[in-house]
Amino acid sequence: MSQVLDTAPPAPAHPDAPPDDDPAALAARYGLTVSGARPSLPAYVRELWARRHFITAFATARLTAQYSQAKLGQVWQVATPLLNAAVYYFIFGVLMGTKHGVPDYVPFLVTGVFVWTFTQSSIMAGTRAISGSLGLVRALHFPRAALPVSYALQQLQQLLFSMAALIVILLCFGVPVGVSWLLALPALALQFVFNAGVAMIMARLGAKTPDIAQLMPFVLRTWMYVSGVMWSIDRVLSAHQDMPHVVLLALECNPATVYIDLMRFALIDSFHASQLPHHAWPLAIGWALLAGVGGFIYFWKAEETYGRG
Amino acid sequence: MAEQAENPKHTEHAEHNEKIPTVIADRVDIVYRVNGTGAGRGSATAALNRIVRGRKAEQAAGVRKVHAVKSVSFTAYKGEAIGLIGTNGSGKSTLLKAVAGLLPVESGRIFTHGQPSLLGVNAALMNDLTGERNVHLGGLAMGMSREQVRERYQEIVEFSGINEKGDFITLPMRTYSSGMAARLRFSIAAAKDHDVLMIDEALATGDRSFQKRSETRIRELRKHAGTVFLVSHNNKSIRDTCDRVLWLERGELRMDGPTGEVLAAYEEFTGGRR
Repeated sequence: MSQVLDTAPPAPAHPDAPPDDDPAALAARYGLTVSGARPSLPAYVRELWARRHFITAFATARLTAQYSQAKLGQVWQVATPLLNAAVYYFIFGVLMGTKHGVPDYVPFLVTGVFVWTFTQSSIMAGTRAISGSLGLVRALHFPRAALPVSYALQQLQQLLFSMAALIVILLCFGVPVGVSWLLALPALALQFVFNAGVAMIMARLGAKTPDIAQLMPFVLRTWMYVSGVMWSIDRVLSAHQDMPHVVLLALECNPATVYIDLMRFALIDSFHASQLPHHAWPLAIGWALLAGVGGFIYFWKAEETYGRG
Repeated sequence: MAEQAENPKHTEHAEHNEKIPTVIADRVDIVYRVNGTGAGRGSATAALNRIVRGRKAEQAAGVRKVHAVKSVSFTAYKGEAIGLIGTNGSGKSTLLKAVAGLLPVESGRIFTHGQPSLLGVNAALMNDLTGERNVHLGGLAMGMSREQVRERYQEIVEFSGINEKGDFITLPMRTYSSGMAARLRFSIAAAKDHDVLMIDEALATGDRSFQKRSETRIRELRKHAGTVFLVSHNNKSIRDTCDRVLWLERGELRMDGPTGEVLAAYEEFTGGRR
């Protein structure tokens, strides 16, 4: 299509425009509404709830489609996280030999990696949730928040496979099964809400500026290194008491750290409550609420603009 | 067409009060902004320039505006089947997307009754999944409930005729021929009753017997639902299904009237019958 459109052929006709009737008045008389207007927040929540089956079906479909061409098929759902854990163990456990005096280092490391990967991939997927699904956004009408939520849900399903692998690893390394394992469920639920919230924020940013998707891997990698995935924040902090208070506070309140350490606390018996950041549970709930509610409202505010351009 | 006789012609404005409008477009303009069309040399600096200087530099920095639809007004009424014709790139699909509320308008307003839907479920379908799972996924994506999908499942599969040559519905969609995939897509999309249904070139796909069935299905949808819009380059299918035609040319509404009249003028414009 040429940019400068030539002058059009003559006689654009509007024979159907009602002669003495304002279109808006006519629309009002028959209860017509403006197409593509943003619904109110409560209406939006209801619409999203009505699409819950689509959200789950879309997440499961994407998860299944992922390995459908591989010969081993769905075995990769468990094999991929196991291989990931093996690589991290090889590098940090064997090559560098830096266990930082952490007992049960392998379970400690693998839990950290899996829980972190959940947040990381939810955010990455969220960034592309709108910009990567423009075809869908431009073809069908549904609350757009369904996309980032569905992408985060897909990562949760992926994590559940990883957790199955994790349990095998824990048992292999002699970590006893305990009642505290049940704490993993609320921790996961809170982390999911947090991830979905951040995914919605990133989805809006990524829809407006797709370039963010190029930038995110670097931001996320930096975030990973300060989140104590491979090392124990608790031990490093006690070794560096002279650090400024702000830095200490930031390290302790980092949501990724909170969710990772809660999971370690739930699953690994040698990881004691004293190693948790202060007020870990309130922090976990606070972050989940802040990101979940804030992200949802932030995403909804731009609902009518998704798919433009 | 027998169908046409039942429907009052839209041109009879005397009967205006008896007709219920379903879509009102009021001087609609649609403009696309396309990034990254800067003339090769220095487009990275151009992008920086755009970020620093904002909107003003857009034109200079390679954001091109394409004025796809210009001041189009029309009113569609319940029970009408309206064809959209025009040469390639004349803004037909863009206009439909705006009516569906999927593309924001630059200026003007579009009022609609209920939620118009584009017959375009393909974007929700995944080639790596079986036809069966795609029927479920597509149905849910269109806003059907699980129960509705389950109820209609058999109907959809039968209508698509995918299983006529063996048990293909349990195979991944990537193994389908393009015609088969198009038939399944149309069948899924047509399974839902829409207030306002918009069909973009869907009838050009599939073999002759499937096209016949599709036309019948569109007539059914028209009876149940409000209004059907059909974009097509096949004048025959427009003539068979529509009783009113909008002719868009270069984004402007050039003609709006009964099928016969508009098609005759269009055929003259494009140089002979097709």
